[in-house]
Amino acid sequence: MAEVSVTKDAAPAADELVVLKNVNKHFGALHVLQDIDLTIARGEVVVVIGPSGSGKSTLCRAINRLEGIDSGSITLDGKPLPAEGKELARLRADVGMVFQSFNLFAHKTVLENVTLGQIKVRKKSKAEAEERARALLDRVGVGTQADKYPAQLSGGQQQRVAIARALAMEPKVMLFDEPTSALDPEMINEVLEVMQQLARDGMTMVVVTHEMGFARSAANRVVFMADGQIVEQATPEKFFTAPRSDRAKDFLSKILHH
Amino acid sequence: MFDFLEGYDLLGSFWTTVQLTVFSGIGALVWGTVLAAMRVSPVPLMRGFGTLYVNVVRNIPLTVIIVFTSLGLADIFGMTMGAADDFQTQGFRLSVLGLAAYTAAFVCEAVRSGINTVPVGQAEAARAIGLNFTQVLTLVVLPQAFRSVVGPLTNVLIALTKNTTVAAAIGVAEAALLMKEIIETEAQLIVTVAIFALGFIILTLPTGIFLGWIGKRVAVKR
Repeated sequence: MAEVSVTKDAAPAADELVVLKNVNKHFGALHVLQDIDLTIARGEVVVVIGPSGSGKSTLCRAINRLEGIDSGSITLDGKPLPAEGKELARLRADVGMVFQSFNLFAHKTVLENVTLGQIKVRKKSKAEAEERARALLDRVGVGTQADKYPAQLSGGQQQRVAIARALAMEPKVMLFDEPTSALDPEMINEVLEVMQQLARDGMTMVVVTHEMGFARSAANRVVFMADGQIVEQATPEKFFTAPRSDRAKDFLSKILHH
Repeated sequence: MFDFLEGYDLLGSFWTTVQLTVFSGIGALVWGTVLAAMRVSPVPLMRGFGTLYVNVVRNIPLTVIIVFTSLGLADIFGMTMGAADDFQTQGFRLSVLGLAAYTAAFVCEAVRSGINTVPVGQAEAARAIGLNFTQVLTLVVLPQAFRSVVGPLTNVLIALTKNTTVAAAIGVAEAALLMKEIIETEAQLIVTVAIFALGFIILTLPTGIFLGWIGKRVAVKR
C-alpha cells in the first residue's frame, strides 16, 4: 500500500529535500512506524492526516530525531541524520519545528525567544538577531508583543511567535505537529493564515493537522496514515474527492459529514 | 550581665560561621548543580554516578564526613589544602570541602525537582532549534528550574548555616566551638546558649525572609 505513486503538479520532481527510507519505530510492543517511505521535495507542502494514534506525530518528530528510529534511514538535503551529538544539533537547526503546545521559553521575552537560537547556534550578533527577530515577528503579526512574556499572550499569538522562532533559524524545512490543535477556535485562522503565507512563499513544509481546509488549500500532497503505515498519498483534490483506500474513505466520511 | 563574655571573640566566631556558610554554600551550589545535570544527562555513566553520589553522601552523618576530612584526607592522604602548618586554616578549608560535598547532595535533589517543573516541550523546542545538551540545560532548563526551587534551596542554606557547627569537631574556631568553651569556663549556661541561639537566628531569619521575597519575584509565569 505504501508504494502508491503520486503525480505532483506544483512541486519540482528531482530535488529531494527530506527522504525517509524504510523507517521503523516501536513504542514497546506498538509498531508505531511501519516501513515508512516518504520523499519530500524542496518547496513542497505535505499535509499528513489520519486518525489519532496512526503515527503521524511520531513521523513528524522523527524527521528531526526528537524521536529516535529503530531502523531505516532519514536524510536531509542528502545528509543522513546522525544519532546524537554536535552534528545532529547542527542538522536540527536546519529543520524548523512547531509544536502543538507552542513550547515557548517561559522565562524569556517574545523577542528573546526568537533571538536565542540565532545568537547561540547561528552565532549572529545580538543586534543582527534582534533585527531579524523583529522583522519575523512583524511578518507573523505579533511585532507589538516583542517585549512581553509568553504567558501574557493568547494561544494564537504564542503559536505565531513559535513559528517566528523556527523561521529565525532559516530552516530548509518546517515541521508542524498539530499546530492548531491546542487553540481556541477563533485563533486557529490567524495561525493558518501565517502557514498559508509561508507555503505561498515556497517554504518546504510537513504539516500534521486535522484542518482539512488547510490541507485542501495549501497542500501539494496529502499523506494519509493509519496504524503506523502510509495508506495513501495523493493531491488534495484527488484525495478528498476520490480516496482509493477503504481506510481513507472511512476516515473522511467520519470527519467531513457534519 | 554580659561581663563574662569579655575576652571572648564572639563576633569573630560568628564571622567564621558566616565564612564557612558562604564558601561551602557556593561550592555546594556549583557541585550540586553539576550533579543535577549529571542525573538528567543522556549518558548512563553520568546518571549512575550522580545517583550513587547523592544516595551515598546524603545518608552519611555530616560529623563522619567532617571528621574524615581531617583524620582521613589530611592525616592519612596528606590533603592539607595548602595549609600544612596552619591547623586553623587547614581545618577551615577541610570543613568547607566536607560541608560543600555533603550539602551538594541536597542541592542536587532540589535542583533536580526544579528541572522536573520545566515542561519537557520547552527542552524539545530548545533541541529543535539546534541547541546542544549543555545549552538546553544552561539557557532554558536551569534558569527556570532555579526560579522554582528558591524555597527548597533556602531550606538547604539555612540547614547549612547550622550544620557549620559540626566544623567544631575538627577544631575550627566558629560559633559552636566558642560556645562550648564559654559553657565549660563560665557558669552562665542559659545566657550563653541563648546568645548563640539568637546569633544563629539573626543569621538565618533575614536570609529566609530575603530569599522568600526573591523567590516570589523571580517565579516564572506560566
